[in-house]
Amino acid sequence: MTNANELTIAEARDALRKGELSAVDLTMACLTAIDAGDALNAFVHKTPDIALDQARAADARLKGEAPGLCGIPLGIKDLFCTKGVPSQAASNILSGFKPEYESTVTSKLFEAGAVMLGKLNMDEFAMGSSNETSAYGNAVNPWKVDDRLLTPGGSSGGSAAAVAADLCLGATGTDTGGSIRQPAAFTGITGIKPTYGRVSRWGIVAFASSLDQAGPMTKSVRDAAIFLQAMAGHDPKDSTSADIPVPDFEAALTGDIRGKKIGIPREYRMDGMPAEIETLWARGQEMLRDAGAEIVDISLPHTKYALPAYYVIAPAEASSNLARYDGVRYGHRAKLAAGDGITDMYEKTRAEGFGPEVQRRIMVGTYVLSAGFYDAYYNRARKVRALIKRDFEEAFAAGVDAILTPATPSSAFGLGEMASADPVEMYLNDVFTVTVNLAGLPGVTVPVALDQKGLPMGLQLIGRPWDEAGLLNHAYVLERAAGFVSKPAKWW
Amino acid sequence: MSIDIATARKVAKLARIRVEEEDLPRLAGQLSDILGFMEQLNEVDVTGVEPMVSVTPMRLKRRADGVSDGNIQAQVLKNAPDAREGFFAVPKVVE
Repeated sequence: MTNANELTIAEARDALRKGELSAVDLTMACLTAIDAGDALNAFVHKTPDIALDQARAADARLKGEAPGLCGIPLGIKDLFCTKGVPSQAASNILSGFKPEYESTVTSKLFEAGAVMLGKLNMDEFAMGSSNETSAYGNAVNPWKVDDRLLTPGGSSGGSAAAVAADLCLGATGTDTGGSIRQPAAFTGITGIKPTYGRVSRWGIVAFASSLDQAGPMTKSVRDAAIFLQAMAGHDPKDSTSADIPVPDFEAALTGDIRGKKIGIPREYRMDGMPAEIETLWARGQEMLRDAGAEIVDISLPHTKYALPAYYVIAPAEASSNLARYDGVRYGHRAKLAAGDGITDMYEKTRAEGFGPEVQRRIMVGTYVLSAGFYDAYYNRARKVRALIKRDFEEAFAAGVDAILTPATPSSAFGLGEMASADPVEMYLNDVFTVTVNLAGLPGVTVPVALDQKGLPMGLQLIGRPWDEAGLLNHAYVLERAAGFVSKPAKWW
Repeated sequence: MSIDIATARKVAKLARIRVEEEDLPRLAGQLSDILGFMEQLNEVDVTGVEPMVSVTPMRLKRRADGVSDGNIQAQVLKNAPDAREGFFAVPKVVE
């Protein structure tokens, strides 16, 4: 028998309900794997005592009717506030911060009986695509093909590494420009960013409020459906969370997509795109066509402008959101010299507490919002954003049910390999994912194949607003057709 | 748009982030690169386009104007680097 920590959520749920497995044994298996997996630097705050308490409660509850996530051990991205447990957003400016409250998402997960194993590594304030901006140090991809250590992607790099390495059965992620989907693709797992407003943002450390959305990172599409079910729903504490019914996502996985129209956006065929990505994309189209879907070419003409628009809007919102870290109410405060005033305290605290990428983005945001540049940058970017959204609306109005694209411009790269690159080069990682955040749409990445180096590569499906159910069904068809079962060889 | 050292210094000041004088040229260079990347947006014809306010058209929900929370002073102050006598303490603000 496989070790319990290697099960999918669906497999573990069924075994727990049949009484073939206890939540305590399952949790112990994960805790053992986590302790053996320190080389991955995925779990940065372990919570074994909480986990075992929750597992014992789940076992009691499993004697009767229990929700799908009851007794399922999960990892929680450090961006989620968890009561009494360090929640630092991987930043030194929040060192020592232990929230007095629980985020809506984690509250809902715990109400459903889920078990929290600990907090997961990430890029600082979710700003990064390689998990190299973390105050905890790099998270490491469990996939390895030579002597180099590879990035698990970012910003949800710890979540991706932990799920891919079977340290937990699933993990929460957040996605502002691709931070669930890119790391999922880099580690051979499934990740879905729901429609903006589907999942409450309350208690999640804010990066860019109009773009941020939480979602699950899992070993299968079915697991994503089960997990998302427990996260989704209206929350009076988040005024942007949608007060609309949440459908049964798992029941939507029929595997039948006959007659559905899949759009292939020509603008995603980038100059200099590696042949391998092109081939993978074509294979994905064949798989969906073989399942009875109709493949149609579509145009999303403003795609090229998504990245520059994003890198105006996201830093602008970040500069405003991160103004709260001032050394007064929580987190780090710099040691002051004699005679230092309150402005010195702010400036020194923020210089010490924020890492270089976060500082850069705050300053870019400050600049584009400053008097004289607001119209030229921020308002123009918001207009371009409206056009990007319109592109998608026109495609969906023409009858397209889902859009198939590559997930990332490459497979996972080596940690440190981008160190000398300029910041813009790192931003290019988000080229296929960022449009989805700007348009507020749901997007999912599914692992499809290994590249020539032996590293996982994924494809992305983009859905209509609020149609996570249909989107997950498309992803399920792609997953079954691709038959991706490879696992990283254990070296850690 | 090229950012000079004076502008970089001003932006750092506005952002309340201390940047040492010798680090300003590098910062100015990086900000220039990033803003240069954004210049592409000028190619787009945005005539008559309204800037997006909310990605999902929605009317914000309303609720009764009543107290729903409170009396948690100790919790509010618990994470403060310096809290005294029920207040956040900061360096002297007024001379």
